[in-house]
Amino acid sequence: MSHAATHDHHDDHHGAPKNFFTRWCMSTNHKDIGTLYLVFALTMFFIGGSFAMVIRAELFKPGLQLVQPYFFNEMTTMHALVMIFGAIMPAFVGLGNWMIPLMVGAPDMALPRMNNLSFWILPFAFTLLLSTLFMAGGGPAGGWTMYPPLALQTDSLAYVVFAIHLMGISSIMGAINIIATILNMRAPGMDLLKMPVFVWSWLITAFLLIAVMPVLAGAVTMLLTDKYFGTNFFNPGGGGDPVLYQHIFWFFGHPEVYIMILPAFGIISEIVPTFARKPIFGYKAMVFAIASIAFLSFIVWAHHMFAVGLPMGAEIFFMYATMLIAVPTGVKVFNWVATMWGGSMTFETPMLFAVAFIILFTIGGFSGLMLALVPADFQYHDTYFVVAHFHYVLVTGALFAIIASTYYWLPKWTGRMYSEFWGKVHFWNSVIWVNVLFFPQHFLGLAGMPRRIPDYNVAFANFNMISSIGGFLFGASQLIFLGVLIHCAFFSKKKAADRAWEGAKGLEWTVPSPAPYHTFEVPPVINDDELAHGHVND
Amino acid sequence: MTSGGIRRSLTAWAVLAMASFGGMAYAAPGPWQLNMERGNSTWSQIPYHLNNISLGVCVVIGILVFGAMFVAMFRFRKSRGAVAEKWSHNTTLEVVWTTIPVLILIGLAYLATGGITSWSDTTGSQMTVKVTGYQWKWRYDYIDYQGKPISKVGFVSRLDTDSDQTRQLDSGMDPFAVKVGNENTYLLNVDNPLVVPVDTKIRFVITGGDVIHSWWVPALGWKLDAIPGIINAAWTNIETPGTYRGQCAELCGQDHGFMPIVVVAKSKPDFAKWLAAQEAASAAPAAAAPAPAPAAASSVEANAPEQTAQADSDPTGAKQG
Repeated sequence: MSHAATHDHHDDHHGAPKNFFTRWCMSTNHKDIGTLYLVFALTMFFIGGSFAMVIRAELFKPGLQLVQPYFFNEMTTMHALVMIFGAIMPAFVGLGNWMIPLMVGAPDMALPRMNNLSFWILPFAFTLLLSTLFMAGGGPAGGWTMYPPLALQTDSLAYVVFAIHLMGISSIMGAINIIATILNMRAPGMDLLKMPVFVWSWLITAFLLIAVMPVLAGAVTMLLTDKYFGTNFFNPGGGGDPVLYQHIFWFFGHPEVYIMILPAFGIISEIVPTFARKPIFGYKAMVFAIASIAFLSFIVWAHHMFAVGLPMGAEIFFMYATMLIAVPTGVKVFNWVATMWGGSMTFETPMLFAVAFIILFTIGGFSGLMLALVPADFQYHDTYFVVAHFHYVLVTGALFAIIASTYYWLPKWTGRMYSEFWGKVHFWNSVIWVNVLFFPQHFLGLAGMPRRIPDYNVAFANFNMISSIGGFLFGASQLIFLGVLIHCAFFSKKKAADRAWEGAKGLEWTVPSPAPYHTFEVPPVINDDELAHGHVND
Repeated sequence: MTSGGIRRSLTAWAVLAMASFGGMAYAAPGPWQLNMERGNSTWSQIPYHLNNISLGVCVVIGILVFGAMFVAMFRFRKSRGAVAEKWSHNTTLEVVWTTIPVLILIGLAYLATGGITSWSDTTGSQMTVKVTGYQWKWRYDYIDYQGKPISKVGFVSRLDTDSDQTRQLDSGMDPFAVKVGNENTYLLNVDNPLVVPVDTKIRFVITGGDVIHSWWVPALGWKLDAIPGIINAAWTNIETPGTYRGQCAELCGQDHGFMPIVVVAKSKPDFAKWLAAQEAASAAPAAAAPAPAPAAASSVEANAPEQTAQADSDPTGAKQG
């Protein structure tokens, strides 16, 4: 290890280019590109969040006070597209870029120039997407799922479709890069079954991305040709079938859901052992559970479509397959709890977010199990119960894991410690207000409030007001996060140790903090005791 | 809002408890309503019970898992001098916590499968109503009742004027003031409700005229998409006379939130009278009879029968789906 350190020191002198443009726009360095991804994701998180604020403000009380219904629909559509494709996915790619080479002992990503391209596509894709809001016909307003025939009424469909194509190209290149890096660039001795769970989760996620992004591209291209080139894939007047779109879309859409949660499982599996100071329970079971969930994600798509009038046999098949996912997911949750059991725990901000993740993600999993039951889903489908469900798995799931990992690796990225006090203020505000925001939405859905409506009967007024208050305060709490990040990156005086956390294991903690511009130019010598899972028998 | 809110929530709880356990007719959402309604059809208690059972199972598992986690977080703290153990594997435990969830899931799947089977059986219906979704209104056509075809009874059902005026941006009108009797009907009332008899197995054939909609009355226990070119079928058998309110449940454009559904269930004699009056009205002046396709219907709707065949989903085949 010391070998790597001296080498890094040497490189630091002719490391990052001094010129701003050369350093950031022409970068082929996995750390700089990772930073770009993360900054981009944070920007999109605030843009998508501001759309959510508009939604919650309009829903604050019954009656329309602020926006027209069409604009409201643009907000729900854009909120989803920006958060999914702009915030959550790029954040995970950024984390993968930064950490995978450090975790497997590689000097960089396998395909550095493609790495640059896959990031720099994104700002253009989102400029294209967001520009539709300022166009005469308005942005997309048919929901992020873009179901035809409604989506075909959107004037800006072509912009949205090309933006999605660009995002898809970016994701596929990112996924190829990650697979190539993990399979080819590991340091000698870093066997596949010694890799950190985060690396495993990204390896599996990358395969999901390659499998389903082309499917999405195909589906939206069919929308494009239906609207502009006279095809009738989804037009019943020409022999097409609107339900066909939903099958294709959800064949992409369900694996997409796991693309947004599997890396989060990986992150939590890094953080919990670190702060429990105990190796992860059932390492192989964890890896196998991720792989099983990934496999099952391909055969459950029609559970999003129980109300379209599927044949009974199909409803039963997709219900059973969906319920099966509870088993590997349950194994993961049990294993995290078992990792804590008998540990020696401390609760720094990353651990707090990880603990909140385990509890709140599981609540989202529970409502997911309820949604899988077809007769009950006939009532839940397309109500606020579903909205509550997927925000529990995506906000307190995926987003909390991203925030946890940011606190966890921030000392390694910046070389300084963030303010633990303000981190905890951020945590407690987030965890309280996110529940005030989303928990009452379960009740709204059960009482019969449909999704995607700008106005509602007065019976729904109480919980909507509570939810909106939670929403505003959760949104405001994220400004604390921004403050903590800026403080840590530019103003913090507290130097981070190489091993920033006492219980942290893995190669990323053997390089200096901040990680030098080039690391592991000579492959590190792997000492199994240094790895989180160095002993294969576990 | 708070103190009044608490008092109101207690009242709402009482109403909810009565509604859940007393079998009272409960037709529209209530303030502070926390759980799914039991509904008023012969089938609607199936999703209701499934909801309660699965919620109960989740709560028990949640208490056990989160309980263990909190015990761990208090017992095994470094600040309490806990020293980390080294183990990271326990085959027995792993087999147990894989097997038990499987058994629980089999139980839930068994209950749910029974529910789908009974829901899918639209045979033996005594009445057929065709429901067509349009941007942004519903059309109801009465096809047959007790084995006899009904001719020319059909109408369009849209948001009532009171709600429609109130819901305009900056209308300055108070949604709380939109009432029918004592009940607030803001966005949940229509000009022409669907009138049906109780104690009758009614088969709905549901389709869409322009984009996809979804026909949902919570008291009946299900929703089903209204898709252009496809005819879906479902059934209900309402037990209690009353007014049951629902909404479109599939995003269908800017006024998706403003196309409610109201079902008025009448006793069989009352329904027979209502139906006779409708038939007489449509038979008398030709102008008053609703044309086969209303002005607002697109060409897509006019071609519906042919498209149905092309979409490989004829009305008979659609029965089970």
